Amino acid sequence: MNRGFLLFLVGRRLWQLLPIVVFATFIVFLLLHLVPGDPAATLAGDYATRERIEEIRHLYGFDKPLVVQYLTWLWQVLHADLGRSLLSSAPVLDLIGQRLPNTILISTYALVIAAAVGIPLGVLAATKSGSRLDELVTGVASLGVALPSFWLAILLVANFSLKLNWFPATGAAPITTDPAGAIEHATLPAIALAVGIIAELARQVRSALIEVLNAQYYRTLRAKGLSPYAMLWKHGLRNVSVTLLTILGLQVNRLFSGAVVIEAVFAIPGAGSLVAYSAINKDFPVVQGVVLVLVVIVILVNLLVDVLNAMLDPRVAYA
Amino acid sequence: MTAVADTTARPRRGFFSRLWRFMRSDPRAVLSIAYLTLLVVVSVFAPVLSPYSPLDQDVANLLLPPDWNHWLGTDDLGRDVLSRLIWGAPNSLYASFLAVAVAVVLGVPVGLIMGFVGGWFDEVVGRFIDALLSFPPIVLAIAVTGALGIGLTNAMLSVGFVFAPFLARIVRAQTLTVKNALYVDAARGFGASTAHIIVKHIVPNAIQPVIVQVTLMLAIALLAEASLSFLSLGVQPPAASWGGMLARAYNYIEIAPAQMYAPGLAILLTALAFNGLGESLRVALDPTMKRR
Repeated sequence: MNRGFLLFLVGRRLWQLLPIVVFATFIVFLLLHLVPGDPAATLAGDYATRERIEEIRHLYGFDKPLVVQYLTWLWQVLHADLGRSLLSSAPVLDLIGQRLPNTILISTYALVIAAAVGIPLGVLAATKSGSRLDELVTGVASLGVALPSFWLAILLVANFSLKLNWFPATGAAPITTDPAGAIEHATLPAIALAVGIIAELARQVRSALIEVLNAQYYRTLRAKGLSPYAMLWKHGLRNVSVTLLTILGLQVNRLFSGAVVIEAVFAIPGAGSLVAYSAINKDFPVVQGVVLVLVVIVILVNLLVDVLNAMLDPRVAYA
Repeated sequence: MTAVADTTARPRRGFFSRLWRFMRSDPRAVLSIAYLTLLVVVSVFAPVLSPYSPLDQDVANLLLPPDWNHWLGTDDLGRDVLSRLIWGAPNSLYASFLAVAVAVVLGVPVGLIMGFVGGWFDEVVGRFIDALLSFPPIVLAIAVTGALGIGLTNAMLSVGFVFAPFLARIVRAQTLTVKNALYVDAARGFGASTAHIIVKHIVPNAIQPVIVQVTLMLAIALLAEASLSFLSLGVQPPAASWGGMLARAYNYIEIAPAQMYAPGLAILLTALAFNGLGESLRVALDPTMKRR
């Protein structure tokens, strides 16, 4: 596939994403207006003077129509200005910059664990469909889907940190200066985050692969006398790969959702614990900032998945 | 053998014999229904069933291990853990059903209109739904809860709002399939009105996947409530909630490690029961799925 065509694909997808980005940013912008009362007073904080409130009203244009306000806000956001925290008055972007790496680390780590465990389990269950093994995998997967991740996290801390002392119970280490410590700190949180996704991956991979294995052309291959392994690798899994990438892309959403609670359990200074803390303390600029950054990451990951899918499968590219 | 052939071949049987057949054929559904019935009974009779008040503090008996007076021990304020577990049940059920009801009320009509009207409306609302689905659900629910004001009802309204797009998508897809089906064309040819087609054809066909999805969603809503209460964004103290109990137990994990089991198990079992019921309904309601 040549570079020009790839650029065309990315460009076309970006164009399709534009309305989604507009709506998503509008939803983030509207969060402030969900707060009962005057948004200018909300942003000014609890002990603001009347002049300060008026100043903010003028600055953000709260006396103007909603669309104008949105565009003003968007203009500031595009200039990397997410406002300041109402609690610490630090720039929101700095707060997120300090904390996002920790969230990205545990999420990526969890995704790697989930893929390494969940995909083989799904393949195993699908190839042995209907067997005892399949029933076991399906059963464990339904357990994993219903398991509250923060409870699992607590149990992990109780056993592997406090009892066995294998891993630190709380906190995080910076990956740039102390990579080994960072991985050590992130291991239990990543496992707690991964379990639900392992279950989801195993289920989805199983059903996607079973569909391929029952397809007509697959029976033809068998009739041709191809060995079962060659069939599975060359045809079965290759046909599942596009579905698999899409499923993996969709997990980013779940990872960020799970990270909020998991970061609370392990006292990790991440984006998730920041959004929960800020929501409780009515620090709305920070809440808006974190939500915005996370949704942009999710949209970008899905863009990446779409482009990869197009490279893997020409049917997707020309659709 | 398909389910259809099965029913025609089966002779008429009495109620108990049919019940027995059902219990034999789908033990998961039976267990789920039995557990959920028990949970509802416990919720309704919580004042009678709980041995102590869930709020009474006993400073002389803090963090007791389980014994004959306190079957599950006491928490850091000397409150009876079993009583708090029992009082947590109605809160969890209320939360799950509220969130899912909000999702149904918002999602179903929107999906129906999208599928039926089509055109630019479908296009615009479709992009809006795509945007909503791009947000990490719990993160968006936390943000909306923070904006509306912290508390269980607001938290579950937010969760319901975040769930609604999933239902809207399902109902839209179902509506499109039915709208373009031959028999609906035929009905239209016979002069059936739009209202007649919606009520007689689209709603009955769209309702089955919605029922399945709604049941599965109860489990996700329950887990969301537990998470939010754990983060103290949901049920507010001193009221009892399973997620909140886990948060307290976690603070005293080294002194009273036994307390982290019961609330977590309650959440897990309830989520399993909702999921089990949903999966069984999926099989039971889907005429194309083969029964074993």
